[in-house]
Amino acid sequence: MIELDRAGRSFKVRRNVVHAVRDLSFRVAPGEFVGYLGPNGAGKSTTIKMLCGILTPTTGSVRVAGLDPSRRRTTLARRIGVVFGQRTTLWWDLPLKDSFELIRHLYRVERADFATRLAELTETLDLGEFLRTPVRQLSLGQRMRGDLAAALLHAPDVLVLDEPTIGLDVVSKAGIRDFLQRLNTERGTTVLLTTHDLGDIERLCRRVMLIDHGQLAFDGTLDDLMATAPGQSSIEEVVTRLYTGT
Amino acid sequence: MVRTYALLMWTWTRAAAAYPASFALMTVLGVFVAAMDVGVILIIFANTTTLGGFSRDEVLFLYGTSAVAFTICDTFVSNIDRVSEHIKAGTLDTFLIRPVSAWIQLATDRFVANRLGRVLQAGAVLGYAVVALSLDWGRAWMIPVMVITGIVIFAALWTIAGAAQFVLTDAPEVVNTFTYGSSTLTQYPLSIYARDLVSGVTYVLPLAFVNWQPGLYVLGRDDPFGTPGFMRFLGPAAALVLALVAALAWRQGIRHYRSTGS
Ligand SMILES: Nc1ncnc2c1ncn2[C@@H]1O[C@H](COP(=O)(O)OP(=O)(O)OP(=O)(O)O)[C@@H](O)[C@H]1O
Ligand SMILES: [Mg+2]
Repeated sequence: MIELDRAGRSFKVRRNVVHAVRDLSFRVAPGEFVGYLGPNGAGKSTTIKMLCGILTPTTGSVRVAGLDPSRRRTTLARRIGVVFGQRTTLWWDLPLKDSFELIRHLYRVERADFATRLAELTETLDLGEFLRTPVRQLSLGQRMRGDLAAALLHAPDVLVLDEPTIGLDVVSKAGIRDFLQRLNTERGTTVLLTTHDLGDIERLCRRVMLIDHGQLAFDGTLDDLMATAPGQSSIEEVVTRLYTGT
Repeated sequence: MVRTYALLMWTWTRAAAAYPASFALMTVLGVFVAAMDVGVILIIFANTTTLGGFSRDEVLFLYGTSAVAFTICDTFVSNIDRVSEHIKAGTLDTFLIRPVSAWIQLATDRFVANRLGRVLQAGAVLGYAVVALSLDWGRAWMIPVMVITGIVIFAALWTIAGAAQFVLTDAPEVVNTFTYGSSTLTQYPLSIYARDLVSGVTYVLPLAFVNWQPGLYVLGRDDPFGTPGFMRFLGPAAALVLALVAALAWRQGIRHYRSTGS
């Protein structure tokens, strides 16, 4: 479903070149739920932006659902759902309902499919109360649920999430985790999840990838990850050791 | 594409309908500002009978054709020149994840119909000039052709200006003076400008094809700069070439987009 082959992305910053991602290769099979970890500035968001075609890789190749994201961006958009925790992809001035309606048109979702999906999402994500509120007036948690729904209205095969639980309270967090879990097991949607909340990872991800300085530092199951530091019992400690390289 | 455009436009119009007073004010203000352009022409002709060898009504005809094309683009396309704001804020990301071209989404972003008043004003001036000049109907077919040519040329200019902002993110004014400058330049007969400038806007940046070259044909005039007669008909070809250049520039711009760290 996702295939990176020695993909890299660098940025020229004045005289210097920052290699945000370098020589990154991995595959994610359909139906997997993968946690994508790494310290601040490791290159996680950059990777995700390459996956959805926002950034063109400077080296190597990226394929998602068999397409080259940067060349076939608008085609891929119909098959991928993207959520950025820090930034809404909804229309700031439009009520949530209108945003969804617009998405229905832009993605050419059948009216009947749209109605069932929206009803389902409204129910599971508890959107009913604020469907008519303009996006700019929503609280962070409400907005995040709105964003999640927006990313799923066209029933994408693959969902990429960049810190979707950032700033959420425990109850909202649990709600979103449950939702993602069911999406993956019941619908078989492939999920790539970036987060700094290790609880998300423990609870959801069978497989974990860890990147540091733009390179893959670990790729394996959660148990494999724990086994890298024998004697450590909590995931926080294990990940701290990996991040600090001790 | 047209459907998507119309849909986005409609959505934004509905969102803007929440502020009807601001809409009305902006419309009136827009028409007022545009009326000053015509005012300048009328003032010039209060003291003279010709400008660059053209009569008042001929000048109004050239103004009208350019202004109709320009105001239509200003209404429907000009939002493209705000791309640098979206680049700086990182909000361009959200346009790029949708299954619709970023160009259309940008052009319609926060669309407000208040600039339509100016299209009407420009159309009125053109209508007046056409009637006052009692034009040869055998040549008037060129008028819609030149308006469409003008729309394509201005839209392409705006697109190029937008594409340039991917590189000149910090200086959007530099590229924006060039779209509005082009409009001002084509509001007058090119015969008032220096020969070098006119060559530039004929062979490099094809502004002369917005209204000057085809306008000479409609008015039945020879080119004071002595260009051959067939050039009166090259407008559509020039517009097409410029549109192609604009499309390539835009693609390159998007490929060079670097988002923001997050
Ligand atoms: N648009 C950009 N221009 C310049 N440098 C950038 C840009 N985007 C990212 N970078 C750099 O690339 C590196 C990786 O950034 P990225 O946003 O991918 O990190 P991240 O893993 O998402 O970090 P975080 O956990 O803090 O979100 C950083 O060093 C960052 O400074
Ligand atoms: Mg990030």
